Amino acid sequence: MGNKQTIFTDEQLDAYQDCTFFTRKEILRLHGRYHELAPHLVPMDYTNDPDVKVPLALIVNMPELKENPFRNRIVESFSEDGKGNLSFNDFVDMFSVLSEMAPRELKAIYAFKIYDFNVDNYICKEDLEKTLNRLTKEELTPEEVILVCEKAIEEADLDGDNKLSFADFENMISRAPDFLSTFHIRI
Amino acid sequence: GVHDSFSQLIQEQCHDLHDVIEMTPLDPEEESRGQILTRNRPLRQEVTSERNLTELLVFQMTSRVWRLRCTSGRSRGAIISQYCNRTMQLRRRRQSRPSIQHFPRSARPSIRGYGVETDAAGFEEEENKRERLVNNLQNLSDSDRVRMLRAMPLSLSEKKELRHGWYSWLSFLSSLQLWQTALKCVGGRFGTGVLSYFIFLRTLLFFNVFMFLVTGLLLVVPQAIAHPDLDQNITVRSTWGLEVLTGAGYFSHSLLYYGYYSNKPLQTGHSCSASSNKTSSSCGLSYNMPLIYFFTIGAAFFITCIILVYTMSKSFGQSFRIDKSKGLLAIKVFSSWDFKVIKKSSVRLQRANISTQLKELVAEVNHQKLKFPVLQRLFRLSIHMLAWIMCLGSTLACVLAVYYFSEYMHGEASLLAIPVFVSSLNLLLPGFFNVVAWMEEYDSPSVLNYISISRNLLLKVSVLGVLCYHWLGRVATDPQSLGLECWESFVGQELYRFLLMDFIFMLLDTFFGEFLWRVFSQKALKRERKPVFDIARNVLELIYGQTLAWLGVLFSPLLPAVQIIKLLFLFYMKKVSLKMNCQASGKPWRACQMTTIFITLLCFPAFLGAAVCVTYTMWTIKPSASCGPFQGLKNMFQAGKRWFQELAAANPDLHWLPSAHAYLVENPLFLFLSAGIFLIVIYFHSQVVDGQRKIIELLQEQIENEGEDKKFLITRLQHIHERKRRVTPRRVKEAIIPDALHELMEPQKRPQQQL
Repeated sequence: MGNKQTIFTDEQLDAYQDCTFFTRKEILRLHGRYHELAPHLVPMDYTNDPDVKVPLALIVNMPELKENPFRNRIVESFSEDGKGNLSFNDFVDMFSVLSEMAPRELKAIYAFKIYDFNVDNYICKEDLEKTLNRLTKEELTPEEVILVCEKAIEEADLDGDNKLSFADFENMISRAPDFLSTFHIRI
Repeated sequence: GVHDSFSQLIQEQCHDLHDVIEMTPLDPEEESRGQILTRNRPLRQEVTSERNLTELLVFQMTSRVWRLRCTSGRSRGAIISQYCNRTMQLRRRRQSRPSIQHFPRSARPSIRGYGVETDAAGFEEEENKRERLVNNLQNLSDSDRVRMLRAMPLSLSEKKELRHGWYSWLSFLSSLQLWQTALKCVGGRFGTGVLSYFIFLRTLLFFNVFMFLVTGLLLVVPQAIAHPDLDQNITVRSTWGLEVLTGAGYFSHSLLYYGYYSNKPLQTGHSCSASSNKTSSSCGLSYNMPLIYFFTIGAAFFITCIILVYTMSKSFGQSFRIDKSKGLLAIKVFSSWDFKVIKKSSVRLQRANISTQLKELVAEVNHQKLKFPVLQRLFRLSIHMLAWIMCLGSTLACVLAVYYFSEYMHGEASLLAIPVFVSSLNLLLPGFFNVVAWMEEYDSPSVLNYISISRNLLLKVSVLGVLCYHWLGRVATDPQSLGLECWESFVGQELYRFLLMDFIFMLLDTFFGEFLWRVFSQKALKRERKPVFDIARNVLELIYGQTLAWLGVLFSPLLPAVQIIKLLFLFYMKKVSLKMNCQASGKPWRACQMTTIFITLLCFPAFLGAAVCVTYTMWTIKPSASCGPFQGLKNMFQAGKRWFQELAAANPDLHWLPSAHAYLVENPLFLFLSAGIFLIVIYFHSQVVDGQRKIIELLQEQIENEGEDKKFLITRLQHIHERKRRVTPRRVKEAIIPDALHELMEPQKRPQQQL
C-alpha cells in the first residue's frame, strides 16, 4: 500500500517490524531522522545493508537527547563498540527500547546498562554518585549527595555487597510504577 | 534447611571442578581488584590460588541462586537458553501450527562478552539451543512470536538473524497514530502529568467513536433510509441559531432524538401488507426497530463496560504494587527523571523539582518528625473540619438549588437556564474548593490532590444525581404535568443542552481562567511565572461530560457524535491555550497512579451510574404512548420479550423460549444468584492477592538471608584456607576443596580441629 519507497527492501522492513516496536512508516521516518544527522555519511539506499555508523557527537545533538543528562550513556549502551557510534540497527534498537510499547523487563535491562557508568555489571557507589550529580547538577551539597547514595544503596541492595547487581536493580524498579512512563522517549 | 541446600550445591560444584580440564591464565590485574565478574573473561579459567578458587566457587553458587533473575549479566548463550525454555512453555500452553520451513544453519555468532555465565553448556550446546529456540519460535503463533522477539534483550542484528524469512503482520491497534506529534510536543514541554490529560482525552474520543459507530450503523442509518412515520407533526421553525443551542424546534423531530425512531418494523420495498407488523414480513428486508434499538443500546453499554474494565485492570497492574513501599529514595533516583521532557526551561524545572524531593527525603532521614504540640494539632484539626463543613455545605446548597430550580422553571425561556446554572456551578465551585484547600495548608501535595479530587467529585456526583432524579423521577413518571408528548425526546434535548453548555463553559474557563489570568498575573501582580495547568480539575470535567453522553445515548442516539466534535475542538483549544498561557508545574505529579485513578473514576461513578440509570429506565419506566420505538409497551424491556413470543409463535420448536425468558431474566432470584457468584469470585481473587503479598515478603526475606549466608561462607572458607596453608604442606588443589567444604558443613563432628 502507498508509494513505492526505495530505501529498504520489503523483507528488510518486515524484519524491522518483527524485531522492534515500530511500524513500517515509523521505520522510514526513523531513517529520515538518521539521515538528517549526517547527510553526507548516511546513504539513502539501505537495500544492500551498508556498514555506516554515525558518531556519538552527532547523535547526542538530536533534540530528543540534547537536554538529557544521560545522553552519552544512553547512546553508548546501545552501540556495539561501547563508544557511542550507532549503526542504523542500533539507532532503531535504541528508540524501540525507549518507546512506550517496550515491556518493563526490557527497559530495566537497558536502564541498568545506562546507569552503570564503569561498565562492570554493578551499580557501585561511584556510579550512583555520577548519576545523582547529573540528575541534580549543582542543587545538592556534596554531603547530601553522599548521604543519598548511601541510603539508596542501603535500600536497594539485597545481598549485602554494597553495590547493586542487576537483580537488585530490577527488584527495585519493579516497585516504581512511574518507571515505564518516565523511561520513554517519543520520536 | 539452608545448610542442606548448600551442601548439595557444594557437592555439585566439586564434580564440576573435577571436570575442569583446560585452564588459561588469569590476568593478575583482575585478581588484585578482586572482582568476580568482568567483561571478556574466558569461559574456562585457571585456578592459581585458593582465593580465586573461592571466588570461582562462590560465583558459581551465586550464579545458581541468581540465575532466574539475572538477565543482563549473562552471555548470549544464556539468554538464548532462557528464551528457549520460555518459548517451550509458551508452545506447550498454546496450540501451535506445525513448522513448514527448515531453518538453515547460520554462522557461529560471536559472544559479546556481557559477563560470564557458567552454564554447563559450551559453544556447541549454545548453537543447538539456538536452533531449538528458532524452531520453537517458528511454532508459536504469529503474535506470540513477534512479542517474544521484540522483548528479547539482544541487539537488532542478532534478532534479524533469528527471524530469517518469516511472515509478519502488524497488529492494527499499534498503528493508531492519532495526534502523535502534538502529544510529543506537549510531553516534551510539560512532562508526563499534563500529557496524561491529553491521552485521557484521546481515550475518551475512541470510546465515543466506538459508540457512535455502533449506534450509527445499527440505528441511525436504517431509520434514515426508511421513511419516517407520517403521523408526526413538524413544528414551525424558529431562529436557527438558538435551535442549535437548545436542540429543540427543528431538531426535535429529527434523527437526533428518540422520538423519530419508528416502532414498527422498517420495510424496504413497497407493497407490503400494512397489517403485517407483528410477524416478520416476507417482502423485502424487515428491520425490527424496537428490538434492534433495545439490543444495540444494551450491547454498546456491555462492550464499553468490558473495554473499560480491561483498561482499568491493565492500568492497575502497572501502578499498583502489592508490597510495602520502602526504598523510596532509590526509586526516586532511578525513575523520576522524565526522559520525554526536551525543552530546556522544563528540564531545568524538572531538575529543581527532583532535587527538592530528594532533599525532603534526606531531611526526613536526618531529622525526626516534628511533633506538634497538642494545641496546634487541635487547631489544625479544627481548620480541616471547618474546611470540610464549608465544602459539604456548599455542595448541599447547590444540590438544593438545582432541585428547586428544576422544579419551578418551566417554559421556553428556561430551556437554557438550568444548563447554564449547573455549568456555572461546576465552574465556580471547584475554584472555591481550591481556595479552601489553600487556606488549609496541606503539607504533602499528593494528599492535597486527593482531597481536591474527592471534593470536586462529590459535587459533580450529587449534581448529576439530583438531575437524574428530576428527569427519571419527575419528568418521566408524569410527563403530562409539563405538557410533554414525548418525554424521552425532551430528556434527550436536555442532555444535549447540558453537553453543549458544558463545552461553552469550558471555552469560557480556558479563556478567563488561563488567558486572562496569565495577563493579569503578569501585568498586574507582576509575577514571572505563568499559571499552572490544573490537571485534576480538567480531567474531572472530561469525566462529567462523558457521563452526560452515556446517560443520553438511550434518548438521543446521535449524542456520541456531538461528544466527538466537542472532544476534537477541546483538544486543539486546550493545546493552544497550554502553549500560550501555562507553564510546567513545579510540583511532583505521579502520572501512573493518577491515570489509574482517573480511569477508575471513569468506570465506577461515571459509567456505572450511567449504566444503572439506563437500566432503570429500560426496566421500570413506562415509555411514552405516542412516540418512539417502544410506544404502547409497559417498559422498554418488553420489546425483547415480545420478540421471544413472536419467535415462539412462528416456530413451534421454540415454545420454551418465552417461559425460559420469564424464569431466567425476570426472576429476581437468578439475578441475586449471579451477583452472589460474582462477589464470591472477587473475594477469591482478593485472597489470592493477599497470599501473593505474603509470598513476596517471604521471598525477600529469603534473598536477604542467602546474602548473609554467602558472606558467612566466604569468610569461613578463607579462614580455613589460611589455616590449612599454615598447618599442612601443599597438596593437590582439587583435593583441598572438598575436604575444606565438608569440614565446614560438619563443624560439630570435628571440634578438636579448631585451633
